[in-house]
Amino acid sequence: MFFLDHIWIIPLLPAFGAAMMFFFGRKMQKATVNVVCVGVIVLAFLMSVGTVWQYADYAHDVPGKPFETILYTWLGSDTGNLNYVTQSGAPAEFKAEVGFLLDPLSSIWLLFVTGVGMLIHIYSTGYMAHEGGYYRFFGYLNLFMFSMLVLILGNNYAQLFVGWEGVGLCSYLLIGFYFHRKSATDAANKAFIVNRIGDAGFLLGMFTIAWCFGSFRFTDINHLARNGHFALGDPVITLAAFLLFVGATGKSAQIPLYIWLPDAMEGPTPVSALIHAATMVTAGVYMVARSNAIFVLAPTAMKTVAIIGALTAIFAASIALVQNDIKRVLAYSTVSQLGYMFLALGIGAFAAGVFHVFTHAFFKALLFLGAGSVIHAMSGEQDMRNMGDLRRRIPVTYWTMIIATLAIAGIPPFAGFFSKDEILWQTWTSEGGAYRLLWIIGYVTALMTAFYMFRLMFLAFHGRPRMSHEVEHHIHESPRSMTVPLVILAICAIFAGWLGWPRSLKGSDHFAKFLEPVFAREAVVLQAEGKTGQLAAGVKEEEHTSNTEYLLMFLSVAAAVIGGGMAWKAYYQADKGYAEPIATTVPPLQNLLYNKYFVDEGYDYVFTGRRKVGDVRLGVLGLGDASAWNDVHIIDGTVNGAGWITRFSGTLSKWWDTWIIDELLVNGPATLARMLSYPARLLQWGLVQWYALVMVAGLIGFVAYYAWR
Amino acid sequence: MQTHILSIVLFTPLVGALLLLFVPSEKKDAVRWIANIFALAGFLVSLPLVPWFWAQRFEPGFKFMEGSTNNWIPSIGAGYVLGIDGISFLLIMLTTLLGWISILSSWTAIENRVKEYYIWFLVLQTGMLGVFMALDFFLFFVFWEAMLVPMYLLIGIWGGPRKLYAAIKFFLYTLFGSVLMLLGILFLYFHHQTVTGVYTFSVTALYETAPKIAFHYAIWLFLAFFLGFAIKVPMFPFHTWLPDAHVEAPTAGSVILAGVLLKMGTYGFVRFSLPFFPSVVMDSRVRWWMIFLSVVGIIYGALVSLMQKDMKKLVAYSSVSHLGFCTLGIFALNPLGLSGSVLQQINHGISTGALFLIVGVLYERRHTREISEYGGISNVMPAYATIAMIMFLSSMGLPLLNGFVGEFTILQGTFMERDLGGHSGLFWTAFAVSGVILAAAYLLWLYQRVFFGNVTNPKNEKLHDLTPRELVTFVPLVILAFWIGLYPKPFFEILEQPVNHLVKTVRPDYPLSGRTVNAAAQPKSLTPTPEVPVAAVEAMPEATKRNR
Repeated sequence: MFFLDHIWIIPLLPAFGAAMMFFFGRKMQKATVNVVCVGVIVLAFLMSVGTVWQYADYAHDVPGKPFETILYTWLGSDTGNLNYVTQSGAPAEFKAEVGFLLDPLSSIWLLFVTGVGMLIHIYSTGYMAHEGGYYRFFGYLNLFMFSMLVLILGNNYAQLFVGWEGVGLCSYLLIGFYFHRKSATDAANKAFIVNRIGDAGFLLGMFTIAWCFGSFRFTDINHLARNGHFALGDPVITLAAFLLFVGATGKSAQIPLYIWLPDAMEGPTPVSALIHAATMVTAGVYMVARSNAIFVLAPTAMKTVAIIGALTAIFAASIALVQNDIKRVLAYSTVSQLGYMFLALGIGAFAAGVFHVFTHAFFKALLFLGAGSVIHAMSGEQDMRNMGDLRRRIPVTYWTMIIATLAIAGIPPFAGFFSKDEILWQTWTSEGGAYRLLWIIGYVTALMTAFYMFRLMFLAFHGRPRMSHEVEHHIHESPRSMTVPLVILAICAIFAGWLGWPRSLKGSDHFAKFLEPVFAREAVVLQAEGKTGQLAAGVKEEEHTSNTEYLLMFLSVAAAVIGGGMAWKAYYQADKGYAEPIATTVPPLQNLLYNKYFVDEGYDYVFTGRRKVGDVRLGVLGLGDASAWNDVHIIDGTVNGAGWITRFSGTLSKWWDTWIIDELLVNGPATLARMLSYPARLLQWGLVQWYALVMVAGLIGFVAYYAWR
Repeated sequence: MQTHILSIVLFTPLVGALLLLFVPSEKKDAVRWIANIFALAGFLVSLPLVPWFWAQRFEPGFKFMEGSTNNWIPSIGAGYVLGIDGISFLLIMLTTLLGWISILSSWTAIENRVKEYYIWFLVLQTGMLGVFMALDFFLFFVFWEAMLVPMYLLIGIWGGPRKLYAAIKFFLYTLFGSVLMLLGILFLYFHHQTVTGVYTFSVTALYETAPKIAFHYAIWLFLAFFLGFAIKVPMFPFHTWLPDAHVEAPTAGSVILAGVLLKMGTYGFVRFSLPFFPSVVMDSRVRWWMIFLSVVGIIYGALVSLMQKDMKKLVAYSSVSHLGFCTLGIFALNPLGLSGSVLQQINHGISTGALFLIVGVLYERRHTREISEYGGISNVMPAYATIAMIMFLSSMGLPLLNGFVGEFTILQGTFMERDLGGHSGLFWTAFAVSGVILAAAYLLWLYQRVFFGNVTNPKNEKLHDLTPRELVTFVPLVILAFWIGLYPKPFFEILEQPVNHLVKTVRPDYPLSGRTVNAAAQPKSLTPTPEVPVAAVEAMPEATKRNR
């Protein structure tokens, strides 16, 4: 069991690559960078295959038996004496380990993350060949792989959170890879900060879980949650589930925190494929699926998840209908597909949600890489209005993207059909049909999906060429390093869905069966509570195989065909100045959709304060302004005021001393006495001549008096 | 050796300062070398503390006790008593390290009155170490006040354009606090005499009598101490001296100010306020106010930080926010909150110290701290930009770096309190986490404006990257940031004993140990699935049962 026991090597491999780039990358040749960075991912993929292989052996007797191994204690002192008090009043040790957990759920993620990751690394060697900062790009990619592997292999919430923030950081670094562009660094900041809002919710959710269960470890928590310690709908558990879901809406771009993902397309295209389509954005789905024991105990939270998922799906799909940037269409498509996944999780069809993650990873990565190949051929042009008629010039890209489009649109037997159909079918039947409204939303979304995807294909590859001659001249198929990954992904996009071939179509649904033990225990809880409605996917399937299922299957294929047909009619022969059907029929709707329902603007007015409402700034910047003003004027004003008062009273008492005490009270009487004594002093001057003068004057006076009388 | 280690650590910098007196001030390089050697020596002599302390980390009581009560000024009962526990141990190590780093970082930054600068810096170093070691209130107060003067001079002589305003504001503000604290100390001193008939300033002796003071006196005493410490921390709304002092102080002064001086306040809370006045700190109203001021500080500091146009001011306000986390942890008053708080104090010293050094590097080259003067710096100074990114991330609490561990522990500690002054821990934590979001906002925005984009200001085109000396000042901080982020267990082990002791003193009913919940539920690490109650198994559908 070498691989299984040394599972911790898998994340360390890309960490090693990233460290090499950090210390020595600057001086490395591109070829050396390729050997190191792609090499470690290939090794990681091979090790993952070996590990899952050995895990299958390990869990042969008890399906789904989790394999857990602990490296060391990360948080806490591990002495048993650093404790906190839980809900029950008993102490629990503060402890989070660096530990690894492998069960069917993480096996699936492990395989497709390393597999798709490997292909995208190879693709990037071609795509990024002429870019500056080559080593930096691959260093970040390796760091991302490390974080993602930590996320999916962690055996506790704290470690999951480490990976969770780590992938957020790498996403930030890679979106802002072209750091000379203001729009790129803006988008990077937006991604990180919006994700942080979700992370704050996740943190609180984690604490709530620790408060209930006294542990961060998945195995402990599942054990307690599934053994009837907590009642169905327990308010604290419900709170925990809600808070965790806040985290998921951030990372997996659901309403209301989806706004960062479309902007994230500022990053290089391989990044969009790897991080913002195939792997990182599914972390929220992983986390909810991983916490299924908690969510099952919180029906209200589950309903919310389903509703948010469905709304996000249709909301994003409607925006994608009219976008012109090829990557933006795909970005909104990703948001929409993630909505499907949460819809599945919310109705309790965890296996179906995970299945869609799995198939989506292939066809969406393929679509992005294909789009990258188109952009590469078009000398950097991303606007579909300036494309057209590329199908014969870049045939490999064209054919592989056609496969991916058929897969995402849900045409059998391509991968997307199986997973999406499973979700819609589960939505139709769950809770005895209480979610049929959500089914309608999902169904309309499927129609829209087919429309915007075929629109993309027709605008880019069919119709008349609309690019400039300069660009047209340079169109070329991408190098082998880029097309080979496309072909491999295309093969996966065809066959990956077959793993979940439903029983109703004479398949055996290996996928759901493999995952069953991870989610099966919920059946026990619900059964114990006397509630049979929300049973696990595997159990349900045996119950209903009715004509309805075939009918629904037919309907969803019909939706795909109708959507594709509408796109064909509108865009198949698109020439310069072609007409958008929505723009010609309902112009205001086009405007609304094209501007993404003005959500970004609304957020800027209300939450960030980057736009002013009249003269008033609201939101965080408004609060910041107010606080800064308050700090300078009120608080520091008080301090300076106190200083001023001290100084003023000093001045005042100096004045008092000088003028009142000294001048008025002390010198005053003196002056008065002096003034009063002045006449008397005249008599006693002591100057003899003066006396003589006075005598003479007196004499003259007397003489004059008597003479004149 | 072990019996006098604290004195040796304490006076090494002072010896350096005395030696410098005899060096002619024209010989600037000789002065620099001697100062740096003594600063490094100060760090090196503190290193033996690490293995020695580690060996006895779980033992109760103060370690490396030195001196005895009454041996200094017997007539008033003042003694030269030193001793440390896990909390002061970590702070002392931080002080010796940061002292060395900041003295090393001043090599080219200080050009006039070099000798005086280093003398005062070394004196400051001894003052700070003394505060963390003193176990006699008189001695403590001497160090506490002695520390003020060098800092005042450092700001007032080697500071920026508004240095006098800042220096005087700093001095008067802190002095105002310490005068009230002195009154508190004297009350405790005379009270001890009335109860026991002995005049003594010994802290350990006062630990016995002070908690028994009646509530209506204790509350006033608590407030007197509170003002002294809250101004030092600084807690909202006593924080406005901090941005001014930071902006005007020379880089090394800012590093020490943020890294160590602010910790005096939090240390004071932990060492004195909590064990002296347990009835007051557990009082619901007092707790509400303390937690409220901490949470307001977290959010308010971050908001004001967001709007700053001066880099150093931005970092200064971020300190207010980070220190809010520290006081939040202290007044959550449980093992997690307290150990997280001390750890966060260390982390803040590392991260914010590094942030001030980072600002200083640019300031030394361009002599301006206006954010708008910069942009695209990562083009010309890539190594510098990388280190800045790591320290920014550490400051905003990214996992696997130091800041996260402290914040996480504090927040969890706060969350687990059911009743924090009438509100649940969840209520307060929900507000406090917004500080984590805002930290990302102001730091990333700063980074974007300074480092990303193209070089737009021609004055920035010729900037040279970090010199080897500058790199040396950053390396230990980066290593520590990763160490605490990746393997904080030793730190938790060191803090466990003092923190649990503190909680036991303040709230005797807190269940510190016992059968833990998770121990009861702990499955053997490789056991497959937990056992299911019999009733539930019976109710299971057939298909599921078969699978078992």
